[in-house]
Amino acid sequence: MSLLEIKNLHARIEDREILKGIDLVVNPGEVHAIMGPNGSGKSTLAGVLAGRETYTVTEGEVVYDGQNLLEMEPEIRARAGIFLAFQYPVEIPGVNNTYFLRSALNAARKHRGEDEISSEEFLKLVREKMQLVKMDESLLKRSVNEGFSGGEKKRNEVFQMAVLEPKLAILDETDSGLDIDALRIVAEGVNSLRGGDRGIVVVTHYQRLLNYIVPDFVHVLVNGRVIKSGGKELALELEREGYGWVEEEALSPES
Amino acid sequence: MSSSTTINDFANQQYKWGFTTDIEAESLAPGLSEDTVRAISARKGEPEWMLEWRMKSLRHWLTMIEPRWPNVKYTPIDYQSIVYYSAPKKRGSGPKSLDEVDPKLLETYEKLGVPIEERKILAGVAVDAVFDSVSVATTFQQALADKGVIFCPISEAIKNHPELVKKYLGSVVPYTDNYFATLNSAVFSDGSFCYVPKGVRCPMELSTYFRINARNTGQFVRTLIIADEGAYVSYLEGCTAPMRDENQLHAAVVELVALDGAEIKYSTVQNWYPGDEEGRGGVYNFVTKRGACRGRRSKISWTQVETGSAITWKYPSCILQGDESVGEFYSVALTKGRMQADTGTKMVHIGKNTRSTIVSKGISAGHGNNTYRGLVHVAKKAEGARNYSQCDSMLIGDKCGAHTFPYVDVRNASAQVEHEATTSKIGEDQLFYLAQRGISEEDAVSMIVNGFCKEVFKELPMEFAIEAQKLLGVSLEGSVG
Repeated sequence: MSLLEIKNLHARIEDREILKGIDLVVNPGEVHAIMGPNGSGKSTLAGVLAGRETYTVTEGEVVYDGQNLLEMEPEIRARAGIFLAFQYPVEIPGVNNTYFLRSALNAARKHRGEDEISSEEFLKLVREKMQLVKMDESLLKRSVNEGFSGGEKKRNEVFQMAVLEPKLAILDETDSGLDIDALRIVAEGVNSLRGGDRGIVVVTHYQRLLNYIVPDFVHVLVNGRVIKSGGKELALELEREGYGWVEEEALSPES
Repeated sequence: MSSSTTINDFANQQYKWGFTTDIEAESLAPGLSEDTVRAISARKGEPEWMLEWRMKSLRHWLTMIEPRWPNVKYTPIDYQSIVYYSAPKKRGSGPKSLDEVDPKLLETYEKLGVPIEERKILAGVAVDAVFDSVSVATTFQQALADKGVIFCPISEAIKNHPELVKKYLGSVVPYTDNYFATLNSAVFSDGSFCYVPKGVRCPMELSTYFRINARNTGQFVRTLIIADEGAYVSYLEGCTAPMRDENQLHAAVVELVALDGAEIKYSTVQNWYPGDEEGRGGVYNFVTKRGACRGRRSKISWTQVETGSAITWKYPSCILQGDESVGEFYSVALTKGRMQADTGTKMVHIGKNTRSTIVSKGISAGHGNNTYRGLVHVAKKAEGARNYSQCDSMLIGDKCGAHTFPYVDVRNASAQVEHEATTSKIGEDQLFYLAQRGISEEDAVSMIVNGFCKEVFKELPMEFAIEAQKLLGVSLEGSVG
């Protein structure tokens, strides 16, 4: 059974249709990259999967882990193992980062019928996962994302992902705003979470992230549709040729 | 009876602590006159000078009119329909220990989690419980007495420590001060008295729990705290009130006096019944709280968490007379449903190099209306006065209101006065971020709001801070979405 199956998905913001019929299948253990120019609908797709209310789904279906995803509330999706690493992680002043993460973890555990994690266990888990993204321990004591640099915010996202161990992780432009060192660290963090049954969807504009997180599949999203899919080499072609050629190719009926 | 029981049951679901205790109250008939005042004074066995002060207050009150300037609306109060005195019936001459306290009363406190029993000694909390109008139990007297701290109902202090009461009562809030304070001066039922002698650090947090219980009984609490030279005391005041249909008037007066080098920390968590969805019922809370930093380097710090009452009207203030004295005000005021709050502080800088800090967090949800009103006054001779004010408002939903009226009156050019204000809405982005981490909307709102209030909560003693956080969470249930 596939982990995620998207069929003919259409979505809009107010009157503007952004997704115009997306089909995508992610099997357990696979890493998919969604690439595309600005405004192609990449972030919308990520948002729709996570259940953001700004978007209205007008057509199509999404099956996640055997369930109708579109009928699930955002928090239920999260508890059921969907994790979105935000392009712009939100600051929540006064809310302790550790407290927040522990609440998130406990919400998921409760959903699975498990007990809440003990303080010691949690601390151990957190210490271990921080190593993955080389995150400074002081960030744990600060408020969620408040006053974090761009790089710290992105690391914090991947760190949360590591702690929450989702079944399906969606990374929305996780590379944006990162310098090359931070990019490498974040990518290593993600790579360490690869494998097993975990599915990962990497949404990115640039190929450079895919040098570090090498995808199994690449999909090109243009104007709300997947116009080309292929292996990891597709990303390199896009990097060399730009998005223009795929668009042209997609437009000419002969190709 | 049966239909009202159903209604009460239903309403009680919304207001967890809205129960009443069946204790036979010994009440005066409703109405206010010189006879009422005499009757109150007589029942309390007060000396003549106290009665005179009450009578003076009443006569002055009759010449006053209710203030109209607060940014709150309510149906006029009929002062003649209020019962001004109600006391739990005593067996014999009154309880001498906890064993003698009405078990039902203890049960009520049990439900509220009020620490009144022996085991609470471990928590280090001394409780002076004001149930209705008479203090029925005072604990930890001995531990305090060993240090020379006097902590007792003010009715006892009037009898046993008249020199202190005469010297300080009305010295910070004169009986002519304002409509509600004057009313209180005439009819105050009871309250707490605390005197911490020179150089003594009060060995425990002092706390008082208030409840209004008997039907239609206004509660007129009077509190007087004096910290002598170099003394320190931390006082906690927590309130919840039972479910009630009629509006209940609560007009308390709190006076604090800090002498040279003394420090008083006064913390309040207020959760009176706020009324139903339509704003029916609910407590009218018109409170005058003021502290005088009389001495050099004295300090008074007010921390309040106001989550209840239909109407909140209070401005805990500091009169900074002593040179280098310090005043602080930390406030969280939450209004939801039809609640209205007009609250803030006055910092009056008189001495040299006096400092004050104001941190106010207003949260409005539902149809709530929240007003911050503050005055920073720097007198002519207050060289080097400094004030920092921060007023933040948070809006939840689009039917509530937040207002800020900061008054600044500076008469000395060397003063430094800073004011910062922000207004924010709980962001969809924040809610979605938390939802995406599996956190329910209610928990998310509670988390965001508690984060917003953090600067104030950290000023509260630990157990109070936890209680305050819970209160905010409970109060905001169902406010979003």
